[in-house]
Amino acid sequence: MKSRSMWGKVARIGMLAAALLSIGAGVAAGQHRDVLQKAVMVCLECIGIG
Amino acid sequence: MPGMHRHRLKRGARSSFQRVVQLCACALFNGYALGFQKGKIFKGPTKAACVPVLNCYSCPGALGACPIGSLQGALGGGKHGFPFYVLGTLALFGILLGRAVCGLLCPFGLVQDLLHKIPVPKFKVPGKIDRLARYIKYGVLLVLVVLLPAFALTEAGAYQPWFCKYLCPAGTLGGGIPLLLSNPALRQAAGALFSWKLLVLVLILAAACTVHRPFCKYLCPLGAFYALFNRFSFYQLQLDRSKCTGCKQCERACPMGVEITQELNGPECIRCGKCKAACPSKAISSNLAPSKTRDSLGHPEKK
Repeated sequence: MKSRSMWGKVARIGMLAAALLSIGAGVAAGQHRDVLQKAVMVCLECIGIG
Repeated sequence: MPGMHRHRLKRGARSSFQRVVQLCACALFNGYALGFQKGKIFKGPTKAACVPVLNCYSCPGALGACPIGSLQGALGGGKHGFPFYVLGTLALFGILLGRAVCGLLCPFGLVQDLLHKIPVPKFKVPGKIDRLARYIKYGVLLVLVVLLPAFALTEAGAYQPWFCKYLCPAGTLGGGIPLLLSNPALRQAAGALFSWKLLVLVLILAAACTVHRPFCKYLCPLGAFYALFNRFSFYQLQLDRSKCTGCKQCERACPMGVEITQELNGPECIRCGKCKAACPSKAISSNLAPSKTRDSLGHPEKK
């Protein structure tokens, strides 16, 4: 039971690290700029026009 | 009797805590008040960051980007490679909070919570239908958010944000209605699609008056994504079985219909804390880093 709990912690920390690495990789690839570019325009589909 | 009164006060305090957090999050994610006045959206650099909730970036007050809209854009036509940034952001919130994002931070969840307070007859979806219908949100995530935006392109090779375009009620409520009210040109352009989206919104809001959080339970792709992390997230609920009397008051109080004593941190738990407040023996607790002495179902760990 103790080792299961330890593996749980390792899995959590691993997933946290993977998420942070993924964000870092996305920023390095300039994906945040794509998000910004889309988010500063009115999305006509989202509001039911386009 | 004084004990019951104290218990009721505690339930009220927990509900107020949830409401205060929900209102603060709603104000934080939609803090550009000038946008509502001018009928224009915010164009500052904070929009490069995805908020963790369903909050349309075409809402005049939105300070950040909607993760589901961004994910569809990033997948659009498969031209931009793997969406590391958006998926990483979603996974970060998922692993930290799980569906506490739904219960505590989501503005559309708040709208549904408030509508459910309207004193009209409440309806309980029959168990079998309810259980099956909860899988629909995974289908929405897979088909409308991932597969169709990635592969169903127009003749010109452009992608379409299928979920935003045909289903998202938050976009109509937070973006469509305020923008159309304040912008005559957009009002002129509104046609059949806007009527469809308005119909979807009205149906979901009407359902929310009688069924608790129908959109979160059955349709929300973001809830489906966070549900995958619920068992692993840092933020967990814990049940101390040595204190539990089996009275099931927690299960009666749970708005999501979770069987607390069987699957405390199951995929449907939105960590609203109503079970914790309802428990007369204080057997349920919440923790950012789960206790060393009990597992998430409260079984004492064997050394």
